[in-house]
Amino acid sequence: MNDKPERLIDKKGLRLDGRKLDELRPVKLQVGVISRADGSAYIEHGKNKILVGVYGPREVHPKHLALPDRTVLKCRYHMAPFSVQERKSPAPSRREIELSKVIRESLEPAIFMEYYPRTMIDVFVEVLQADGGTRCASITAAALALADSGIPMRDLVVACAAGKLDDTIVLDLMDTEDKMGSADVPVALMPNLNAVTLLQMDGTLSTDEFESAVNLALEGCRQIYALQKEALRTKYVNVKEENKEEAEE
Amino acid sequence: MPILLERRQLVTPGDLIAEGEYIAGENTYMENNKIYASRVGIVEYETKKVDVVALKSFYVPRMGDIIIGTITEVGFSGWTADINSPYPALLRASDVLSRPFRPQKDDLPQVLDIGDLVVAKIVSYDRTHDPQLTVAEPGLGKITRGQIVKVTPTKIPRVIGRKGSMISMIKQETGCNIILGVNGVVLITGKTLEDEQLAMRAILKIEEESHTSGLTDRITKMLKEEKSRKEEKKNE
Amino acid sequence: MAAVITRVKKKQIEQLIAKGKRLDGRGLTDYRETKIEQGIIERAEGSAKVLLGRTEVVVGTKIEMGEPFPDTPDAGVLTVNAELVPLASPRFEPGPPDENSIELARIVDRGIRESKAIDLEKLCIAPGKKVFVVFVDVYVLNHDGNLIDASALAAMAALLNTKMAKYEVEDGEVKIKPGYEPLPIKKRPITVTCAKIGDKLVVDPWLEEEQVMDARISMAFDDDGNICAIQKGGSGYFEPKQVFEAARIAKEKVEEMRKQLNW
Repeated sequence: MNDKPERLIDKKGLRLDGRKLDELRPVKLQVGVISRADGSAYIEHGKNKILVGVYGPREVHPKHLALPDRTVLKCRYHMAPFSVQERKSPAPSRREIELSKVIRESLEPAIFMEYYPRTMIDVFVEVLQADGGTRCASITAAALALADSGIPMRDLVVACAAGKLDDTIVLDLMDTEDKMGSADVPVALMPNLNAVTLLQMDGTLSTDEFESAVNLALEGCRQIYALQKEALRTKYVNVKEENKEEAEE
Repeated sequence: MPILLERRQLVTPGDLIAEGEYIAGENTYMENNKIYASRVGIVEYETKKVDVVALKSFYVPRMGDIIIGTITEVGFSGWTADINSPYPALLRASDVLSRPFRPQKDDLPQVLDIGDLVVAKIVSYDRTHDPQLTVAEPGLGKITRGQIVKVTPTKIPRVIGRKGSMISMIKQETGCNIILGVNGVVLITGKTLEDEQLAMRAILKIEEESHTSGLTDRITKMLKEEKSRKEEKKNE
Repeated sequence: MAAVITRVKKKQIEQLIAKGKRLDGRGLTDYRETKIEQGIIERAEGSAKVLLGRTEVVVGTKIEMGEPFPDTPDAGVLTVNAELVPLASPRFEPGPPDENSIELARIVDRGIRESKAIDLEKLCIAPGKKVFVVFVDVYVLNHDGNLIDASALAAMAALLNTKMAKYEVEDGEVKIKPGYEPLPIKKRPITVTCAKIGDKLVVDPWLEEEQVMDARISMAFDDDGNICAIQKGGSGYFEPKQVFEAARIAKEKVEEMRKQLNW
């Protein structure tokens, strides 16, 4: 990028992409998109395009990694080489390894790990296009993929980030805003249990600003949660509608 | 203290279904006297028990279940089978041979080889061991012909229908013999490949639309239409 | 020694903590005894050893010359690496860094980087071409819990101990002059980790508490009391109000430690 914008928020209180301070980027969710996987989901969040496939519970390989009293949850967050501005090498980077861990830890509290001892559940996240907030979008889609696979869960998990631009706390940073802003706070939530399962922060915030950012991110989470439920509902309701039409003909 | 949702309402994991003196049934869990859904499905309840009829689940073995499995490995003294479950199942040679196994004389692949289908019963299973199968009962054993189709195990009751009405109708219309494994594996044996495939389509359609009403009529209609199409083609 | 914690011990720890006490006699927000030694590795440009209870971490810094990142041509480079060496715990295996050591390195890195502890602009030799690269290598020597706080403390102490050769640029060539000057440090971030056990928060969990905890949250604060990095870890969760309480506790502890360390 050659020109760096001077202000991230203009005089009318709008951001570079025209959004208000507390406005989410558009989110589209689809469930059951990979026929071979046990469960799957696709998310478009702003320009992020992420696909998640879930396999399991299934036999553990290698066998010695099996746990006698619970399932093993594995998560792989991976970015396609063409997903970012400068081609990214397909080999897992340190960032991807860390994100794989925190994403796994954000999903695990929602799964009844003790139900299926000596099995494993694989969550594969492929980022096809990235524009800031990929870990949050990945978690939102991964939870749907897990629900789609029929793995019993305590709750869905939904994630969203808030941050600081110029001197204001805003919701849902895109890539430019993240790079140029002064703080980024991604949060994942189990909405019905009001439980935070992922929380990270980088940048500089006073403790008050931090509190505002977290609360704003939680608001964003709840908005996206409604879309998650819709996506699950849509998969099953469409069939009902089609049949109603057929019957009326 | 209420049940908060109506019957047949679609729920997702974490949805609060009931509060108070209720029993958490299938695909639900209880915390702090509240009952939540643990799978995507439809709420059902009778008096005190709240269930969610899951739209998708997978088979977890239970003692006594009749299942259909595929042999995946020939071992030293038995076989391993895929029973459409997170757990592989074991079938001992002595069980199949109905006598002690003689390693020098018995050639296991001759009896059952990789890819063979068996109808079997779960004789033992617990959290620390993989399920064990038996075929030493009438009606069980190696399957020699037919097609298999896999459906989500929770849909098997729908495929059966009330008092077997759905499955009898399919058998009648397609002329096929159909064995329904509790593990969601269905064996269809018919006179022609076409008949078998028609029955398969019917079963898959039931799986997809199981939560809707008027399904029996629609399936009957579909099968009859197919049959008359076949008749027309024959007459051309 | 068994790697699995016994149920009896687990219950013991949980019950004590519910009453506001810990097995080793500490209060819920007390750190274990902390010792810091600087300059223990002469070959390194800077070094420090931290003993946090029985957790032992050594950090060495090395300074080399290299190329700047394309989007910050005038700034030096910081790179943090962590090794959980096999001798430090029966659970550590030899091999390339696993997710735990990568996460540890990145948490320590964030605390230093986001607080702008090092004045990276003073490390520019020739803009766009040559800068100083500061390597911070975290070496965990004994794992008895809370590697994060011990490593972050050791890393900062090592940076404060780091000396660079004096130099001048003549005709585009870097010439080393005699003498040393300290690495330019602007801030001294401090990280505090809280673990959630039952519905209580405990500061500086030791190994067995880590085996029992639901989740942990680590927060780094800069000299002005601002938060500059946060990482939740573990497969459990926090309620939002617990997150804010952890921030309050962490901020207090950081202020205490600044006075003690004179940072």
